[in-house]
Amino acid sequence: MATQQETETQNLTLVQAVRDGLYTEMQRDDDVLVMGEDVGKNGGVFRATEGLYDEFGGDRVVDTPLAESGIVGTAIGMAAYGLKPVPEIQFQGFIYPAFDQIVSHAARLRTRSRGRYTCPMVIRAPYGGGIRAPEHHSESKEAFFAHEAGLKVVIPSTPYDTKGLLISAIRDPDPVMFFEPKLIYRAFRGEVPEDDYTVPIGEAAVRREGTDISVFTYGAMTRPTMDAAEHLAEDGVDVEVVDLRTVSPLDRDTIVESFKKTGRAAVVHEAPKSGGLAGEITAIIQEEALLYQEAPVERITGFDTPFPLYALEDYYLPSAARVEAGIRDAMEF
Amino acid sequence: MSTLQHDPDDRVQVLDEDGEVVGDVPDLSEDDLVGMYRHMRLARHFDQRAVSLQRQGRMGTYPPLSGQEGAQIGSVYALEEDDWMFPSYREHGGALVRGVGLKQTLLYWMGHEEGNKIPAEANVFPVAVPIATQIPHATGAAWASRLQGEAKAFICYFGDGATSEGDFHEGLNFAGVFDAPAVFFCNNNQWAISVPRERQTASETIAQKAGAYGIEGVQVDGMDPLAVYKVTKQAVEKAKNPGEDELRPTLIEAVQYRFGAHTTADDPTVYRDDDEVERWKAKDPIPRLEAYLRGEGILDDERVDEITEEVEGAVADAIKEAEAVTRPEPEEIFAHVFADMPEHVREQRDAFEALREKYGDEAFLRE
Repeated sequence: MATQQETETQNLTLVQAVRDGLYTEMQRDDDVLVMGEDVGKNGGVFRATEGLYDEFGGDRVVDTPLAESGIVGTAIGMAAYGLKPVPEIQFQGFIYPAFDQIVSHAARLRTRSRGRYTCPMVIRAPYGGGIRAPEHHSESKEAFFAHEAGLKVVIPSTPYDTKGLLISAIRDPDPVMFFEPKLIYRAFRGEVPEDDYTVPIGEAAVRREGTDISVFTYGAMTRPTMDAAEHLAEDGVDVEVVDLRTVSPLDRDTIVESFKKTGRAAVVHEAPKSGGLAGEITAIIQEEALLYQEAPVERITGFDTPFPLYALEDYYLPSAARVEAGIRDAMEF
Repeated sequence: MSTLQHDPDDRVQVLDEDGEVVGDVPDLSEDDLVGMYRHMRLARHFDQRAVSLQRQGRMGTYPPLSGQEGAQIGSVYALEEDDWMFPSYREHGGALVRGVGLKQTLLYWMGHEEGNKIPAEANVFPVAVPIATQIPHATGAAWASRLQGEAKAFICYFGDGATSEGDFHEGLNFAGVFDAPAVFFCNNNQWAISVPRERQTASETIAQKAGAYGIEGVQVDGMDPLAVYKVTKQAVEKAKNPGEDELRPTLIEAVQYRFGAHTTADDPTVYRDDDEVERWKAKDPIPRLEAYLRGEGILDDERVDEITEEVEGAVADAIKEAEAVTRPEPEEIFAHVFADMPEHVREQRDAFEALREKYGDEAFLRE
């Protein structure tokens, strides 16, 4: 349930919606600041912070030294001290130096201090493959963070949701990992209100209603999943597509409700299969709707291999053809 | 007093911007001097062609090195056959001298797994894209080599931005503590994408950071290949045969400039002035060495023309060979994850091949 107000809208790409979300919140709240590598004068390597440096100045749009642990670690200190930092990690594949700070401190400052200290911050990072990027620039490692209690993990797939979820994340009292599907940063435009609005964290969106099978996905994989669903409709297979939008905490109610209607499910993500979100979603179905189940849950995912260099990435990423084949398997069981 | 013991603020130089001798010229044969010049020309021409390939959509994102040939070539010429090189992602000029061919480098940036396979005879570690991560590796390999009683040096390249990462500190600290025979070579090209060197550290120099690890630091004119050669040679020798009360590791800060973008994905005009670029272009290492070699009577028009032709031919051949390599088979995704392919990975591979058989390649390839 988005709290969209009557307002002027703009036709934005997903990455422009990131920028608009930051701009909107920074205007509204002087405590919000962005920090990271090349976010200032350069406006971010993907232009997600374009113009913010000129608008808000170097104290609120901060080019930092090249040090992810330093970026996140200092952001934790800032957050605990009353600011609302939105650090950017340039690519999700470069987040690992900051992993200790994220899991050992950001995720549990509230728990450890029994609520005395908190860590209201949003760590933004583009993730995922498909843009012919160099090594270490295409990974999809949301499961590492979804595994960590104390972190919320958000992955939008539309410009509208991007701005609304980002604003929710910035206003959230706890740390939020905000992973942006860079494959669709500029793939399409959508209407985005100029004013501030929120899309709640933890609520999935049904992108296509169907009765035969529920397909759960998120981020850049929403598009090939929708394509496969439309193609299958021509053969009389009525696919329901659920865009999770938040992968931690998962929207169990929407997952279970959809599954009870269809009795069959597939999960699509570009992250590797083993230890991925698909396993978690399958477990929820087992726990909550076992007696409705008519087929094994299909996992249509990246392979359990390192993400290949880009000459092979099209094979690695679930394509509409792979999604369709997986759905057919679940239907034919 | 050796070059290395200069005050860190005192930048070592052999040739000035016009190629005039201003310091002690290192002992190099005419063949080596011409070889250095030829490799610098090769690196420059390769770089220009690689940027052009990217612009034409024939290659993915590529990190240019123009302006940095003096540091790359000058330093690898100071290594001996058995020494090792740990590069970042911009050292294809140096890697070429150390046995990683241009075709190999092209394949890597064209997204082929094969591009990451370092030839067996080359003592070069794979490209390290995550910043500074190769520094502890170099320390560890150097340390292991010493434990095994060898006398080899391990040179590790990284940029000014990398000195902000924890791995820089940890790698140099371990090297000092365990007296690893390592040469830490910082290509300070002034810019970490759009962030200037002053934003990385409040230290006056990067070289002075060596003091905190109890090792020597030296700042060198990184666009003066002879000065780079000289300091690297001394650092390599010290790594193998330190004097009494001397630790083996050295931090070299090679002050230089990248003429182009960080990678083909950014536009440097957004974050730096043309005037600044022009000032640094006056220090271009190639004309500098050429002027010196002409002055010494080692190069003349005829020899330079020959080298030009040779360099253009070598790069054209490498491009032709790299572009002749067809799209790898999906099998490459699954190979080499472990010594033995686990059953579940084999199943994923087989299931994918079955789908590919059924639907054809076009169902999976975009564009």
